[in-house]
Amino acid sequence: MKLIDKTIVAKKMPIRLVRNTILKGLFFLATTFGLLVLGILLYRIFAQGIGYLDWDFFQNFASRRPEEAGIKAALIGSIWLMIVVAPVALLLGLGTAIYLEEYAKKNWFTSFIKLNISNLAGVPSIIFGLLGLTIFVRALALDRSVLAAGLTMSLLVLPVIIVAAQEAIRSVPRELREASYGMGATKWQTIVRVVLPAAIPGILTGSILALSRAVGETAPLVVVGIPMFIAFLPKNVFDTFTVLPMQIYNWTSRPQEEFQSVAAAGILVLLFLLIFMNSIAVFIRNKFQKRY
Amino acid sequence: MNMTLLRTSEAFNMDKTVVSQLSKEKVYETSQLNLWYGEKHALKNIELDIHQNEVTAIIGPSGCGKSTYLKTLNRMVELTPDVRTSGEIKYRNRNILDKSYKVEELRTQVGMVFQKPNPFPKSIYENVAYGPKIHGIRNKKVLDEVVEKSLRGAAIWDEVKDRLHDNAYGLSGGQQQRLCIARCLAIEPDVILMDEPTSALDPISTLKVEELVQQLKEHYSIIIVTHNMQQAARISDRTAFFLNGEVIEYNNTNTIFSRPSDQRTEDYISGRFG
Repeated sequence: MKLIDKTIVAKKMPIRLVRNTILKGLFFLATTFGLLVLGILLYRIFAQGIGYLDWDFFQNFASRRPEEAGIKAALIGSIWLMIVVAPVALLLGLGTAIYLEEYAKKNWFTSFIKLNISNLAGVPSIIFGLLGLTIFVRALALDRSVLAAGLTMSLLVLPVIIVAAQEAIRSVPRELREASYGMGATKWQTIVRVVLPAAIPGILTGSILALSRAVGETAPLVVVGIPMFIAFLPKNVFDTFTVLPMQIYNWTSRPQEEFQSVAAAGILVLLFLLIFMNSIAVFIRNKFQKRY
Repeated sequence: MNMTLLRTSEAFNMDKTVVSQLSKEKVYETSQLNLWYGEKHALKNIELDIHQNEVTAIIGPSGCGKSTYLKTLNRMVELTPDVRTSGEIKYRNRNILDKSYKVEELRTQVGMVFQKPNPFPKSIYENVAYGPKIHGIRNKKVLDEVVEKSLRGAAIWDEVKDRLHDNAYGLSGGQQQRLCIARCLAIEPDVILMDEPTSALDPISTLKVEELVQQLKEHYSIIIVTHNMQQAARISDRTAFFLNGEVIEYNNTNTIFSRPSDQRTEDYISGRFG
């Protein structure tokens, strides 16, 4: 005697297949929606901003006259910010991740710290701005400098880098570590020669995405008090400066219609900078993966 | 003393059983070894001596503690959280469970081959040179020689000599395992621990590894954990039978497989359980 009634199976078949097709369509639409929005955004910005995007735009400082307004101070300022954020956030983040994953004892305290680092990654950026204002700008008297802003931004992206690095380190198979320890390697030798080379693609991807976030972030810098209108370049990390998103924000809040187009040109520059950074991430990742 | 006895044995052409009963030099002497994973008592009062230039097989059903014991011999077991031990394991007359014995030092003498082939995602050359490099050998010529000697020692030189700088992941499973053995030989160990080294391999690769083990025992002392009783019977000089964390029987392999003294050993090797 058969337990399965084949007529029921046959009757249910069409609806199962239809359901499959409908859901496939829905997921496709979901994907298209994101692409469509991105497409419209890009089109609008290109159409509006491309006219202002010439050599002078990169050569000029900000100005009250839209035709003379340029992005020099903000672009150079964003690069200065990166120069501070990248080493600080990477060294601290990688160090923390290595300690937590490789050295720290697995107990409730370590789990507690790990949980809270993940929580920090979700704290609104403006809170980090307030922290930076209190510690770096006021307590350490760094004023509205590149250093103060850079350290604030480092704090903001640090949790993201730590979590990304932790995951990359954790995904290195246990067998590889055992092979290394089994030959008398110290923990440090194992980390440097086995764990990090295998984890570096993941660490870099996460880190560069985190740095991209730092380039695009505005709120903490507003709180720290970074000026929006500036007509000189910082000479060292103790000078004040401005960055791309601040400059763009400033332009969009101007009453003149033309400044909207200047802002669009600024957004284009910011987008290109981010795409450039992400392609570095992809490039380094592929280069490292080819070695294995 | 030992030498005299050995020479006598050769002169009289005594059989294998008798030869190994003569006291060869002991590499490991385990006494009153207990080990706990948290609350679980995994090894109970282990008494076991390992002899030089022999293959010692450890058999027993899953979860009997045989792998745990093997990993205690190079203190790899410490990688598991929450492990406690008592008793002592003397390696060349020094207690390795003593905290002052540095694991890094122990593991330059005691190499390990794992259950699953685990080459590094590096070139074949770099895999073998890894051990010497971490021990501070920088000289390129020395490294080249060590790599060749080790690969020859693991009977894989002819298969890989033309592609030393290719990724080790391109090798077959059996080749990878022999590469891991070569990598282990490169640190010029005294003892080689093997944790079910053929369980992930096909029969032909298994045979190659078994032949290799036979050759290697001339220069090394080998301790091998295996699920495969025929394998233990084929390649080992002595066999220890573990059950529920205890050594039930430890004797010459011939004796264990022909006339075991404990009923449980007999049940196990005749396939009645486990």
